[in-house]
Amino acid sequence: MSEPRTLDVSSLPPGAFGSRTVTFWGTLGIVVIESTVFVLAISSYFYYVTRSPSWPPHGLAAPLLRWGTINTLILLASLAPNELARRAGERVDLRSVRIWMVVCLLFAVGFNVVRVLEFMHLNVWWDHDAYGSIVWILLGLHTVHIVTDFLDSAVLTALMFVGPIEEHRFVDVEENAVYWYFVVVAWLPIYGVIYWAPRLT
Amino acid sequence: MRGPLDADGGAVQLEQTWADPSGLIGWFEHVDHKSLGRRYLITAFGFFLIGGVLAALMRLQLSRPDNTFIGPDLYNQIFSTHGTTMMFLFAVPVMQGLGIYFVPLMVGARSIAFPRLVAFSYWMFLFGGIFLFVSFLLNAGPDVGWFSYPPLSEALYTPTKRADVWAQLITFTEVASLAVAVAIITTVLKLRTPGMTLNRLPIFVWAQVVTSFMVLFAMPAVMLASTELILDRLVGTHFFDVEHAGDALVWQHLFWFFGHPEVYIIFIPGTGIVSTIITTFSRRHIFGYLPVILSLVATAFMGFGLWVHHMFATGLPQLGESFFTAASIMIAIPTGTQIFCWIATMWSGRIAVKTPMLWILGFFAIFILGGLTGVMLAAVPLNIQVHDTFFVVAHFHYVLIGGAVFPLFGAFYYWYPKITGRMLSERVGAWVFALLFTGFNLTFFPMHVLGLHGMPRRVYTYAASMGWDSLNLLASLGALLMACGVLTFVVDAVRALSAGAVAADNPWGAGTLEWATTSPPPNSNFPRSPTAAGREPLWDNPPDQPVVVGLRSDARDVLVTHVLDAEPDHRLVFPEPSIWPFLTAIATTGLFIWSIFTPWGVVYGAGPVFVTMVGWFWPKSPDEGGSQPWPIAHRTLPRPSEAPAAGGAI
Repeated sequence: MSEPRTLDVSSLPPGAFGSRTVTFWGTLGIVVIESTVFVLAISSYFYYVTRSPSWPPHGLAAPLLRWGTINTLILLASLAPNELARRAGERVDLRSVRIWMVVCLLFAVGFNVVRVLEFMHLNVWWDHDAYGSIVWILLGLHTVHIVTDFLDSAVLTALMFVGPIEEHRFVDVEENAVYWYFVVVAWLPIYGVIYWAPRLT
Repeated sequence: MRGPLDADGGAVQLEQTWADPSGLIGWFEHVDHKSLGRRYLITAFGFFLIGGVLAALMRLQLSRPDNTFIGPDLYNQIFSTHGTTMMFLFAVPVMQGLGIYFVPLMVGARSIAFPRLVAFSYWMFLFGGIFLFVSFLLNAGPDVGWFSYPPLSEALYTPTKRADVWAQLITFTEVASLAVAVAIITTVLKLRTPGMTLNRLPIFVWAQVVTSFMVLFAMPAVMLASTELILDRLVGTHFFDVEHAGDALVWQHLFWFFGHPEVYIIFIPGTGIVSTIITTFSRRHIFGYLPVILSLVATAFMGFGLWVHHMFATGLPQLGESFFTAASIMIAIPTGTQIFCWIATMWSGRIAVKTPMLWILGFFAIFILGGLTGVMLAAVPLNIQVHDTFFVVAHFHYVLIGGAVFPLFGAFYYWYPKITGRMLSERVGAWVFALLFTGFNLTFFPMHVLGLHGMPRRVYTYAASMGWDSLNLLASLGALLMACGVLTFVVDAVRALSAGAVAADNPWGAGTLEWATTSPPPNSNFPRSPTAAGREPLWDNPPDQPVVVGLRSDARDVLVTHVLDAEPDHRLVFPEPSIWPFLTAIATTGLFIWSIFTPWGVVYGAGPVFVTMVGWFWPKSPDEGGSQPWPIAHRTLPRPSEAPAAGGAI
């Protein structure tokens, strides 16, 4: 039998950025999973709303708006350095990557600290009733995300300072930024539910 | 360029590059999808045997009235652990195991995407299973059903750790199956060989990818629910506690929002197997490729709109009941479409009845009966009449064993030669089939009648005066036949490993790409990856169909292609074997088990998880498996918006 024709792929680039990469699709999978958790938790919140004559139940005060709103603004503001870090990554610009990732981390420290104040001013404890439980788990689920996003961004930032640097690390920077976007965007409906649903129902 | 780029000169080197390490420590470092797939299959089958033993104990207890062999407390643990095992530790993982092994081969890839994640997933699955059975042996097995309904599962009524064991087992297995789902989806979207457009994707792969998407949307529901249950039990939240404005129905909604799709997560891969085997043994392309694929997708969507039919007895509004009745009946349409396509394929093909095909014929008989009782159960009046009776037990065993286990045995016979390089005995296979088919119907058909006569599920015994003894005895004898069948299969499978006839590369004359390589496949899957010119490449490819060359043989270089049309896009060096996924799984296991006893377990346990994950992520060398670091002074990698560098060659 004759030798088959060949498709030579040796000239293809050894990697890529953005939605062309394998990791992008993996990140998207994680985003889908976690969004589903948020959607289901929010759905159960409204299920409890329909089961209660008043909301919040038993004359409880709604969560204090101040810290939640401040944190929303901090999270939204963090999108700027996040986008700059992403673009620096795509340019393979090590200096800018280092600067903007450190700025991102400072924002992350900020919104994690304010998050503690949010918990303190929910005006209900988790073991008070089902309303307290669902509010705490909504805020808790998102807190798990901002804590882990802070930790993995910190590891990546450390790597950009001390680790062996190659171009694939800059793809990681970009994908880290994509996940950061998700964590910020996912907060907006949760903020609306925790802080505004008790005021509007 | 870096290193020899053509595999032609480097076939030996290529094999070494893709080899998993040997030795005891090396055994914990495997990342080859074939090794991980084998482990998944063997482990899940082991759990199937344990679940089977539990079932046999139940049948022994119920074989005669007023039996005192097993008491009520142990019986509760046995049926709960049996259901939990079969759903979470057997049915889902065994199908995913097939996917891990065969999806990369069928799409012509060298590896599964995220091989280390899949390795981590395997260890989580294994540790979860061990955790369940050790708990069972310590008299802490789950005893509130595989669905753990509150209020029974709340701390007030289950003060032991049994419900916590159940809830954490869920976390173990869901982490594992979510990881595999992401890996399979990414493999299918990004690692298909050139020419394999989505329109040419093998139906088995379609079934795997549709199932994986269902996993992404269904499993989070049960993870959220089981986490809330643990919180209720451990830190005093009130999600399901009616006394504090909670609602037990929230549990049922969340659980069945997962639980009903779960049935299709198990059944859709089964239909993928059926399509594959029927195509091969009818010697023709499947009749109605497009309707079959659309049916799979439609089933997946509709599968999320049926969950309330598990809750008809809870007193829902009538409008809701009518909607879910309609949806539950409607889902018979896509399944019916597939069945007609299979019949048309066989009708117009030249059928060869080999052992894999026997199981598919058995599937038809059993699954269609289960489907019919399913349509019956969708009607609210009948549903409420037979709720919690053996009629329901009969129904879902017909659906699950018919829809998944029979195709699965077909798959074992079909793919055993590819995995091991040996053939299973056709003669013994016919016996195994006959024993299981007869045994199954003897066991489960009488349960329809018992249910209609009012025998409730989950009772450890019944009075002689009920008149249920002879049918129960018949069911128990059937279970004995099934046990003989499974045992014969195990003996034959072990024997054939060394004594079976040596398998050719393509013993069945099939058309998909896993048969384009040796049996068993080499470490790199394909020395030179084939490309696809049709849905059954081995049947459709012209003699001069191109093969892929130019991937490095000194690194785990894979070809990444475009999502829709699989045009070549870039190359990527995949990760080396690593111990870190195993260590991360150990740390995560510690966290999960610790958290059963104190909420601080989550806090303290997170430390080791973080450390091991950093170890996993931290690069070991500038370019793993490569020679020198890349210059980063200027950009070399393409951006998302740029056109592909090559493509359109196929």
